Amino acid sequence: MENPYLPYPVRIDDIEIATEDKSLKTFKFVFLNKGDEEKFSYQAGQFAELSIPGIGEIPIGIASSPVEKGFVKFTVFRTGVVTSYLHNMKVGDIMGIRGPLGNWYPWDKLENKNVVIIGGGFAFTTLRSSIIYMLDPANRSKFKNIDVVYGARSPGMLLYREELFEWEKRDDINMHITVDGTDDPDWKYHTGFVPQIVEQNAPKADEDTYAIICGPPIMIKFTQPSLTQLGYKEHQIIMSLENRMKCGIGMCGRCNIGKELVCKDGPVFTLEQINQTPKEY
Amino acid sequence: MNTCINKIRELSLELLEKGEVEKVIGFANGTIPMATSPIAVTSKQDIEKLVFNSTCGLNLANYLKQSLKNQKSKIAVIAKGCDARNIVTHITENQVRRNQVYIIGVPCNGMIDKVKIASLFDDEITSFSEDGDTLTVKSSLKEEQLSKKDYLRENCSLCMHRNPAIYDALAADLVEEQTFDNPYPDVDKIEAMDSDTKWQYFSDLTKNCIRCYACRNACPICYCPTCFVDESGPQWVGKGQNKTDVDTFHFLRAFHCAGRCTDCGACVEACPMDINVRAFTRKLNKDSFEMFGWEAGLSLSKRPPLDTYNPDDPDDFIK
Amino acid sequence: MKFITIDKKDWAKGIENSRETYRLFGPVKDKNGFLIKSLEDDILPDMDYHDSVMSAKSVLFPQTEKMLKTTLDESQEDHHIMKRVETDTSLRAVVGIRPYDAKAIEIVNLNFDTEDYRDPYWCDAYKATTFIGLGINKPGPFDFSTSTGSGPFSEEGLDVLLADLDDKYLAKVLTDKGDTFMATCRFEKVADEKESLALFDILRKEAENNIVSKIDTDKLKEKTILDLHEAPFWDDIAFSCINCGTCTFVCPTCWCFDIQDETKRQSSFRIRNWDTCMSPMFTIHATGHNPRDTKTQRVRQRFMHKLKYFLDKYDQGIMCVGCGRCVKSCPVNIDIREVCNMMNSYEKQE
Repeated sequence: MENPYLPYPVRIDDIEIATEDKSLKTFKFVFLNKGDEEKFSYQAGQFAELSIPGIGEIPIGIASSPVEKGFVKFTVFRTGVVTSYLHNMKVGDIMGIRGPLGNWYPWDKLENKNVVIIGGGFAFTTLRSSIIYMLDPANRSKFKNIDVVYGARSPGMLLYREELFEWEKRDDINMHITVDGTDDPDWKYHTGFVPQIVEQNAPKADEDTYAIICGPPIMIKFTQPSLTQLGYKEHQIIMSLENRMKCGIGMCGRCNIGKELVCKDGPVFTLEQINQTPKEY
Repeated sequence: MNTCINKIRELSLELLEKGEVEKVIGFANGTIPMATSPIAVTSKQDIEKLVFNSTCGLNLANYLKQSLKNQKSKIAVIAKGCDARNIVTHITENQVRRNQVYIIGVPCNGMIDKVKIASLFDDEITSFSEDGDTLTVKSSLKEEQLSKKDYLRENCSLCMHRNPAIYDALAADLVEEQTFDNPYPDVDKIEAMDSDTKWQYFSDLTKNCIRCYACRNACPICYCPTCFVDESGPQWVGKGQNKTDVDTFHFLRAFHCAGRCTDCGACVEACPMDINVRAFTRKLNKDSFEMFGWEAGLSLSKRPPLDTYNPDDPDDFIK
Repeated sequence: MKFITIDKKDWAKGIENSRETYRLFGPVKDKNGFLIKSLEDDILPDMDYHDSVMSAKSVLFPQTEKMLKTTLDESQEDHHIMKRVETDTSLRAVVGIRPYDAKAIEIVNLNFDTEDYRDPYWCDAYKATTFIGLGINKPGPFDFSTSTGSGPFSEEGLDVLLADLDDKYLAKVLTDKGDTFMATCRFEKVADEKESLALFDILRKEAENNIVSKIDTDKLKEKTILDLHEAPFWDDIAFSCINCGTCTFVCPTCWCFDIQDETKRQSSFRIRNWDTCMSPMFTIHATGHNPRDTKTQRVRQRFMHKLKYFLDKYDQGIMCVGCGRCVKSCPVNIDIREVCNMMNSYEKQE
């Protein structure tokens, strides 16, 4: 029987500092065993447990996209025991990955629809995975309009900057990049909080439009009313929740809220589902 | 104890009606024999729920901090001799201010040892009642009439501070204090053991521990926001059933209570595995007494020995 | 259906015979209570016990269990590669388990053995374990198992159900595993089927009549999660709770656990320990955000999970089997029976 607690061994292939304050790093992993990458095949929106033997595990959203082959990427914020250790690791070090875990953004439901993606801070990881998936030539025609609102505290805190600016130049995606504030005179994009930018730039809702939000609880709290104002119904707003997790496979009970297990029934939920669940997240 | 209950209810009613306190923390009857449950009474209708008897073995000072919402809050607490001493400790350790607590002191004749009584029966006890010194205990197989003084908890039988050290009102008359030539015979017994026997004694004591932390959580002086066993950066103690980790928890917790423990017995009362958790703290209580002449919580004005330094503190541990 | 009569004077010998094949577990007296323990040497299970403090779940799901191991020694070829530790999957039998504890095992099975994932440690242990249950002729005052879909002679989760008939046991063999166990013990005296069925029926009815503790659960399903969650009585219930782990550790259906790595020099193990939703640390995020940082939220979580979330999620009744252990062991006497009745009778004020 497959042991779901056993991680696939991986090697750190590249480490990039993702934000100007160095609190986030993007790690690129390569599977040691041929065949593991196949077994790990995932969908945008899922997460994995990064496993460091002797230290512990952390659940992190997968930042690379299913259409990117040969590696997987995760962007990790340094905040505790395991993440601090990970930040001090070097290229070539060996660790483990368990997954893919959780459910994914409802790609089948989003076909032939307009998609509005809203992200804040460093919650943009699975959204990167989603955007690259959607923009891939094999997939782009499956979706109608794509709008993206992404904000961070300052330009240096935006994740995947080069890619963002590249996407901005494309005409098959509408980017609305914003920062809370900046004193860079050359900043060509928006300034303002995400909820504001959403109100001003996001398309009005109709039956064919869905919004995906991923961000810190406070951003979600203020963005939700903006979307409701634009006419988005509960089942059209898709969110990715975070919670304290350990096993990631729905067994240890830690991430249980109401009758959901965030690691298994989620982390992706519609607002409709979340509103029927106690607010313990 | 009936007049005592009436006085408790009378005082509580008055305090609530005058708005002097927001709530009264006391005991209510439990749902199973020999049990009482801590309760916070905030309205007149609930006053009748307050009781006091020989099964009120927990320490209500444990609920002080959580019940005081802000600087202006004031609550009333039913306090036995040991409980009142813990309130003193909370005050001297700056956890609450004196004027935030109205202490309804209850001079105490001791609490019963529920485990000892239960061991007299082969099946579950179905009813318990007391009248003065007589306890009537029944199960489906038999009935026993017991004398309370034969079934006191060990800490109660050795208690030298049955009257509350501080109080705002008394719910009953003061009782005579017990005096002992040797107040720590239980500690002496263990000290007299040789190394191996002593090691075995403590190993046996902790072998059933399930790390539920009921002892720590029932203890009023264990109020650290993050206990040392829960620290993760760095982690001091493993969380599993490794013997060293289990023992470390107990020994280290006892040391953290050194000079502060009033031997109220709430830890033993709370333990689901009937471990005599007091065995760890008793030795430290004895040391405090013998080295510093100190017993916790007897005076609001004195500083505890671990708080202060005195040039003539005993230093024979320096070899 | 096979029934076997076992004279009590043959009992010890039979159990000894089973040791050829099985590691035995069962209730033994310990200080003032009973625990379910591994039966070393010649120790027999105490078949006259009244309820054990801890449940039988530790036979399949020990409080501390090593799952994976690795070496951190970089001179080794497989350094930092995690592997499963060797676990003892030899046959084992729990003798004298209460029927409600066996039902509890089936409930926990729903968690560890799912379509998407199977926990190999639990599943292997479950496969290797035979459950020999003992019907409770005289249920204790805290046994409310008939209100939870179990009962003193319930057969769910058991491989053999024994009825104590003073000088002998009458065994109802329920599964192949049970049959194999009886054969290993060489308990072979087959009893008349019709008579035995009738006898079991009488015993069951009598025992069920002796149950004095009951709870009402009939209206739990129709209420919504949010209504119960927002009910006003949680603060009062939670006041006395001291947030220890007693209720969760003695409970036969609580399964939450924590996973940690422990390292000594160059070797590291990933181990799991029972954990409790009552602990303030249970839901704390690395950022410091804690969705259940107040006591009321945690107390409410426990009862909502046991009596409502599980009910809604699996539609197999409540998660409580009515063993009464939490009622007896709770240091502050919070009573799940009272809470359940409160939840069941709660009507939201409009």
